[in-house]
Amino acid sequence: MSSNDTPSFVRTEMLAERAPPALNTGAVGWIKTNLFPNPLSSVLTVVSLILVFLLLRSFIPWAFGGVWNAESLKECREILQGTEAACWAVIHERFWQLMYGFYPDNLYWRPNLAFVMLIVALAPVLFEKAPRWLLVVTVATPFLGPWLLWGGTIWTPIAAALGFVVGYLVYKAVANSLSELAGMVLGPLAAILWWIFVAGRLSDTLASVMPLAIESVPSRQFGGFMLSITLGITGIAASFPLGIVLALGRQSDLVIVKSLSVGFIEFIRGVPLITLLFVAQVMLAYFLPRGVEFDIILRVMIMITLFSAAYMAEVIRGGLAALPKGQYEAADALGLTYWQAQRLIIMPQALKIAIPGIVSTFIGLFKDTTLVSIIGLADPIGWVKFIQADANWNGIVWELYGFVAFVFFLFCFSMGRYSMYLERKLQTGHK
Amino acid sequence: MTTLTDPPKESFRLSMLLYDSRYRSITIQIIVLIAFVVGAGWLIRNAAVNLAEAGKPFTFKFLGEASGYDINQRLIDYSSQSTHARAAIVGIMNTLLVAVLGCVTATIIGVLVGVLRLSKSWMVSRLAGAYVEALRNVPVLLWIVLTMAIVAEFLPQPKDFRGENPAASMLLFDSVAITNRGIYIPEPQFSRALGDIPVLVGSSRDPSACQSYYEGGELADACGLFQISLDLWAIIALLVASIMVARLNTMRANRIQAATGDRPNTLWANLAIIVLPTVALLWYLGFYLDYPILKGFNFRGGIHLRNSLIALWLALSLYTGAFIAEVVRSGIMAIPKGQSEAAAALGLRQGKIMRLVILPQAWRVIFPPLISQYLNLTKNSSLAIAVGYMDVTGTLGGITLNQTGREMETVLLLMLVYLVISLTVSTAMNAYNKRNALKER
Amino acid sequence: MSEVAFDKHVDRSRMQVSDEVAIDVINMNKWYGSFHVLRDINLTVNRGERIVICGPSGSGKSTLIRCMNRLEEHQEGQIIVDGIELTSDLKNIDKVRREVGMVFQHFNLFPHLTILENCTLAPIWVRKIPRREAEETAMHYLEKVKIPEQANKYPGQLSGGQQQRVAIARSLCMKPRIMLFDEPTSALDPEMIKEVLDTMIELAEEGMTMLVVTHEMGFAKEVANRVIFMDAGQIVEQNEPEEFFSNPKSERTKLFLSQIL
Repeated sequence: MSSNDTPSFVRTEMLAERAPPALNTGAVGWIKTNLFPNPLSSVLTVVSLILVFLLLRSFIPWAFGGVWNAESLKECREILQGTEAACWAVIHERFWQLMYGFYPDNLYWRPNLAFVMLIVALAPVLFEKAPRWLLVVTVATPFLGPWLLWGGTIWTPIAAALGFVVGYLVYKAVANSLSELAGMVLGPLAAILWWIFVAGRLSDTLASVMPLAIESVPSRQFGGFMLSITLGITGIAASFPLGIVLALGRQSDLVIVKSLSVGFIEFIRGVPLITLLFVAQVMLAYFLPRGVEFDIILRVMIMITLFSAAYMAEVIRGGLAALPKGQYEAADALGLTYWQAQRLIIMPQALKIAIPGIVSTFIGLFKDTTLVSIIGLADPIGWVKFIQADANWNGIVWELYGFVAFVFFLFCFSMGRYSMYLERKLQTGHK
Repeated sequence: MTTLTDPPKESFRLSMLLYDSRYRSITIQIIVLIAFVVGAGWLIRNAAVNLAEAGKPFTFKFLGEASGYDINQRLIDYSSQSTHARAAIVGIMNTLLVAVLGCVTATIIGVLVGVLRLSKSWMVSRLAGAYVEALRNVPVLLWIVLTMAIVAEFLPQPKDFRGENPAASMLLFDSVAITNRGIYIPEPQFSRALGDIPVLVGSSRDPSACQSYYEGGELADACGLFQISLDLWAIIALLVASIMVARLNTMRANRIQAATGDRPNTLWANLAIIVLPTVALLWYLGFYLDYPILKGFNFRGGIHLRNSLIALWLALSLYTGAFIAEVVRSGIMAIPKGQSEAAAALGLRQGKIMRLVILPQAWRVIFPPLISQYLNLTKNSSLAIAVGYMDVTGTLGGITLNQTGREMETVLLLMLVYLVISLTVSTAMNAYNKRNALKER
Repeated sequence: MSEVAFDKHVDRSRMQVSDEVAIDVINMNKWYGSFHVLRDINLTVNRGERIVICGPSGSGKSTLIRCMNRLEEHQEGQIIVDGIELTSDLKNIDKVRREVGMVFQHFNLFPHLTILENCTLAPIWVRKIPRREAEETAMHYLEKVKIPEQANKYPGQLSGGQQQRVAIARSLCMKPRIMLFDEPTSALDPEMIKEVLDTMIELAEEGMTMLVVTHEMGFAKEVANRVIFMDAGQIVEQNEPEEFFSNPKSERTKLFLSQIL
């Protein structure tokens, strides 16, 4: 073989690390790579800097030069004497109404407590390091929370909770003696019968003996952000079990179950939420037996739950699909029944994967609760119209809408960031 | 010699219904079906009883009755003596109008913002990101109401356009006026029009379908269900024909490139093919523009795009555009970096890399969520009643519902309209997706 | 690491190294932010050389060859390919990329184009060659890598080894004078590594100048005329393969070789 002498080379001492050239490091380097990497980007950077400057120049004096103490729009204008600035006094005066609606202000501690209970209840679900005894709060919150909000005797939530206990006991008894399938049918059936026939009478009887009640607050006094949060959280919480059932139904091989699930999901996802709210407002009453009256807020909650369940089902289906097929096969190979496999292996993992999607659905639902203002409920946007109708504040626009938009933005943006954080954490955990 | 005997037949036991996997699934399905039928039957029975009691039997006859209300923004002829059915159709057309307009502008905004979000400039990418986050985290209803307030507050009034030193002036050689009541643009008219043809003559007495026959104060006997404008169809036919000829030109250019490697410029030729014949036809039909002119306190003539339409269109475009921007960004980021590296290593420049390698692949990823956003926009357009735009929710689900009191029928019809739109678009999208999928083993 | 047995007789007599300089790297330094990833690289590659670059992960060997067709930018020093210096001048970069072909670890075939279209894309749009001629060239190289019958299939329908061979053919269609290989067999199943290495051997026998980053030491012994060992961003040792493997001089080289052989 003919070749040149291949240069051979051995390094005796390794080179030390050096600092990069000055133009590439520190502030100058950052500016060069991130603001002016190439001609087109440089032009765009300059344009956006100008844009930001113009925006801030008109917004900041308006927002920060505003009036905080005044009784009416006219008074604001008098104080400002011609300068363009915000009349934040309307927020200052109407803050509690925008937050709680017509809820009696001496009872504000109740929704506040319910909200705190909710946060605590979510802790063991979302953070694995949380102590396990907090699960007691998680179980109690769906019953105590509504009780705190609406008031009434404590026997009502207790009777409702007893329904689950009854259902579970019947299921266990039947499953052990007859068959698991029979247990799965008779257990929920027993619970439903309990709720329809026994629960109401039981709580009434016990209430007449020993009231143990707190002041009851009718639904039409709910309003403001409290209403939005209540609708959103109830919607998501109640749609969760329904969504799981629909997702499993959609995955199922049984034709009838699958068609019913698909039919429901596609129907709900194909119509706008406002039409479902119309159903709640005018149509739902027709489907109930004569004499049964439901509060409008309860009807709205039912429709919101059905709406959310369809979207939840799709998110959970995504979680189920992301699960490796090997998990299903391993569960089968171990001899677990369908429901055991779901409960112990499939669902815990699928739901974990689906958590970011669930948070997204919640954010969307929370924003959609503003639609109840169209059917006359007093959510924040409805409240803006109320306040505008007041003679003192007639004509005020930007401050109110700006405030409502700001609160929504804070809430949804933080939830969005939290969801992204969860997604990152779960990805590393799962691999 | 052994004989084979048949294996003993298992006798059928009732418990096999539950335990034998052959029967179990059927049993469960029958139980579910029975439960569903019982539940649905109970609900329907309640509804029938309640409706009968309220004196409102379930019927759609009200659609044939005169509506008794006016619709200010409409694409077809309509008057207060038209039927509720026609009102619903006007509403549907208004919904489709704002949906299509919204989808077009939302796509433009979304693609622009999505690409800017990927810019190498930190400032630009963060600004685009701020736009997306600000828009996405506020409810769309709030944006719609806010946009309407901005339109009503900050745009000039018609009377500001008059006088020696007007506070506001028209754009584009005095043809477009942007006011707080809406946007006035010139209306295309034909002085040598070919005319309209009524369709299904004699099938309705709706006066708005008879206008071409409404002469001398007399309602002619023959009225059509609706009218076809021959001018419009002639223009459309000519445009379609010229587009097809332009495609033939492009195919010829492809053949030349295949043979010689040089690609002849098709841009100018195609533009000429499409534009020139249409311009000639317009001239032949005597095309002119009816300009909006300020008379008194308002503009007369031209087309009036009401402020409710403008506000709804703007709000929906900006809101959905933010979501589309995220879809576009994730689509482009989903393409592995190795693809653009391989293309660059082969000597392709950035523009060609985008066009030949990245975008065709990104399109497959972007398409389904993009269609999903279009459907969301269409469903969100139902919030038009918040600003007074008469879409199908406002006509059928609003005034018609209130006036006739037929809640069941109108709400069901309303949901059916949106369902048909959603399912049609979804099915078409699924078919397109299947056809376009990347071939794998 | 795996050592593939070569039953094919490697004909080193056809692998001639000329005096012409193909690539010249002079005092090249590169930083990622403040991390000094390539330190004082000096390297001269003559035409016809087959250089194998090896080293532990993170040593900068992939980064080094990616600098040679400007997929990565260097901050100090010079890289001169085929007489053209690599700077931010786009025209020079274009010229270099036309003469240098690259094969990636993960193939990077374009999944939305057929195999034939993958191979004709660059010749048509960069060299402006008529489609018919480009297709003939493509079929010629597909036959060379022994998969002409797959021309109308899509990458997703091929095995890993087949895809990598297509990637090699795709680069060859641009008729480059230098080929860079970035761990071409690391993502392949063992039974497919041989077919790709065989293709690379044929390329070497035809006199192609090659820089190969790989862990396939059998290939290095049989085909390479120079083996370079890199660690911590610098060239630690380079030598003829025989000397390199039997007589490593640096402690780091000895440690590395003991771990992989």
